[in-house]
Amino acid sequence: MVYSYYPGCTLKNKAQDLDRYARMSAEALGFTLQEIEEWQCCGAVYPLASDEIATKLSAVRALNDAKEKGQDLVTLCSACHHVIKRVNDDMRHVEDIRTRANNYLKFDEPYLGETKVLHFLEVLRDRVGFDTLREKVARPLAGRKIGAYYGCMLLRPSSVMAFDDPENPSIMEDFIRALGAEPVIYPFRNECCGGYISLKDKPLAGKMVDKVMESAIDHGAEELITACPLCLYNLRHSGAAKKAPVTYLTEILAEALGLLPESAAGEGKPEQEKDNKAEGGEADV
Amino acid sequence: MFSTEEAKAAMIHEISGVNTRKCMKCGKCSASCPAYEEMDIRPHQFVSYVESGNVSALMESKSLWKCLSCFACVERCPRDVKPAKLIEAARLMVIRQRGGNYLSPDEVPELLDEELPQQLLAASFRKYSK
Repeated sequence: MVYSYYPGCTLKNKAQDLDRYARMSAEALGFTLQEIEEWQCCGAVYPLASDEIATKLSAVRALNDAKEKGQDLVTLCSACHHVIKRVNDDMRHVEDIRTRANNYLKFDEPYLGETKVLHFLEVLRDRVGFDTLREKVARPLAGRKIGAYYGCMLLRPSSVMAFDDPENPSIMEDFIRALGAEPVIYPFRNECCGGYISLKDKPLAGKMVDKVMESAIDHGAEELITACPLCLYNLRHSGAAKKAPVTYLTEILAEALGLLPESAAGEGKPEQEKDNKAEGGEADV
Repeated sequence: MFSTEEAKAAMIHEISGVNTRKCMKCGKCSASCPAYEEMDIRPHQFVSYVESGNVSALMESKSLWKCLSCFACVERCPRDVKPAKLIEAARLMVIRQRGGNYLSPDEVPELLDEELPQQLLAASFRKYSK
């Protein structure tokens, strides 16, 4: 199975681990992430104003590209996923936006929201299946206590995202379980990390992150996973509370599938340390 | 840019698309808001300010720069009012004016660090400047 793939700006730079572990794991699980040519930045936040069209066009271009190839569109970054899924919903349901976007873009045929947008986790749950994933695990993450950090953008608004139960999600916990680890459920897993506020208001982001971290650690989490580069950054760098290590969900996936060099696997260490340790060993991935 | 409070009220309705009359003042939006304590005008109050024609106060509110766009208020509103869209509209009414930007490219170099993701810059410029 081949999917159109929209990596987004951060996966080409600071979040390269999120991207490369996803591609490796996808191949091991029998599907291919085919990067869209000449994709443009999604803008990182969904334009809420009903009179903004230009800021939605990059998402429409990606959606139309996938449509022309007859492929579903897969994203990884929570922000890209949020923006593209919501713009797609606009193109399907909001006539004013659909008309004006199409008038501007002038595709061979109008884009009407036909493309199916899937998060990488949704591919694992709905297409691969967590039971199949469990069978492909080569190195189960036995004994690891992992907290899923959902944040905001994957879940809300649930009427559009249709990703999981917005107040009591389970997709990441099921994913963790399939990899052989123990998921730790804690109340703040779907609360905000501060998001973009951390650029100009570090103290406010710190308050948010401390609540999330304390909640996770108090409930027994020894490490956290996320799909979002900004969540990862905030969780690691904001706040004063004690920290559990935070990694991308694709990293523990690649690890459980046996795709990481032995020296880099496990231990829940921050990725910088692991990268140093595995120097030379990962040149081919 | 806006001569009267009526013009501002019309504009915030147009940009947000929110029907403020649907609000039944249950306060669930403010109860859900993770930035509630930082705000001088709280999410549930945004609706009342628009209803009473005092959009100027919203445009001067520091709440515009505390909202995280986490959509907790949108998700939990039993009347589907979408307070976050009102806050976004007020923010846009400020930054769409000449000199209204809250973030300048000149500020960025000193805000950067080695790990800062591109996503944070892209999001901030979308939220804080035109």
